[in-house]
Amino acid sequence: MRLLTHNMLSSNIKGVANGFPLRIEVEKVVEKQVELSADFLRNLFPKIEWKALVDAARTMGYAELAEEVDSSMLDSNEFLNKFHHALLELHLEEGALVCPETGRRFPVNKGIPNMLLHEDEV
Amino acid sequence: MKLKQLEGLLGDLQQFSNPKAENSFGDVSNKVVADLGCGCGTLGAAAALLGAEQVIGIDIDSHSLEIASLNAEDLELDINFIQSDIKNLGWRGQIVDTVVMNPPFGTQKKGADMDFLFVALKIASQAVYSLHKTSTRDHIKRVALRAFNASSAEVLCELRFDVPQLYKFHKKKEVDIAVDLWRFVPKDNQGKERKDI
Ligand SMILES: C[S@@+](CC[C@H](N)C(=O)[O-])C[C@H]1O[C@@H](n2cnc3c(N)ncnc32)[C@H](O)[C@@H]1O
Repeated sequence: MRLLTHNMLSSNIKGVANGFPLRIEVEKVVEKQVELSADFLRNLFPKIEWKALVDAARTMGYAELAEEVDSSMLDSNEFLNKFHHALLELHLEEGALVCPETGRRFPVNKGIPNMLLHEDEV
Repeated sequence: MKLKQLEGLLGDLQQFSNPKAENSFGDVSNKVVADLGCGCGTLGAAAALLGAEQVIGIDIDSHSLEIASLNAEDLELDINFIQSDIKNLGWRGQIVDTVVMNPPFGTQKKGADMDFLFVALKIASQAVYSLHKTSTRDHIKRVALRAFNASSAEVLCELRFDVPQLYKFHKKKEVDIAVDLWRFVPKDNQGKERKDI
């Protein structure tokens, strides 16, 4: 699971008011190189919840992202490289996503988060 | 849908998704594309082959997702998968540009395709491509425009589905059904922050 996916998912358990961002429990992280597309990153940047990405990347062992950012940084290759790496190259292979309000764990196996709810959570 | 059917489907989709082709919308190439109810992953694979930058396949069924991962590997495609029920998908923001889907037609559960369409129009910022039975055409259009946040709803072409190849549980009488390929445009979602759907 990429952090791109983490940036979109939230806990939708009945009664939870703010299920985003999900906390990450790491068992195994893998890195896979992919080609960087600067235009793609520039388009995506305004839609990313930045703090969630910074925290998630740090949990996955990557602490290079700046906390404070603005769109002028998209001109810097160094910034784009780091953004790209955190968002698209880090994968949570095994572990869990944890609901920030209830502590309910959604397991991640073979890179696939299981967000299925139990009957009493719908 | 079998993997070997992918080629034919690609032909159909290419016409609508290649930004250089005439008559196309530029909804797939370089975009974030979600495949809702991805099954073994055919539509998502098609999107990836057509140049989608990131593809996210979502399905309720773990066995389907396993096959979808293997198919993606075989095709050397890099696809993200999530196991979730579309009806209670927890989602934030407008990162997905385009949704492609072949939802269940509701032979077992009536209106299941409408649940999918509702969610698709909430998470997509640019376009939704979806297959629905031709017999429900008027209903789909009305609901999409009036209730589901669509600013336009257009049938791109009519296809014939050989159903038994897709669903083993179907009765014989539904061997061949007419299916519409739709393109919906969501109302401007941009900037409206939504924690949830
Ligand atoms: C008609 S099949 C389409 C499969 C694939 N898109 C294709 O074209 O080959 C519908 C898929 O939706 C999935 N599905 C059905 N209900 C669902 C739900 N509530 N949430 C998520 N997926 C669902 C099924 O597991 C199945 O894989």
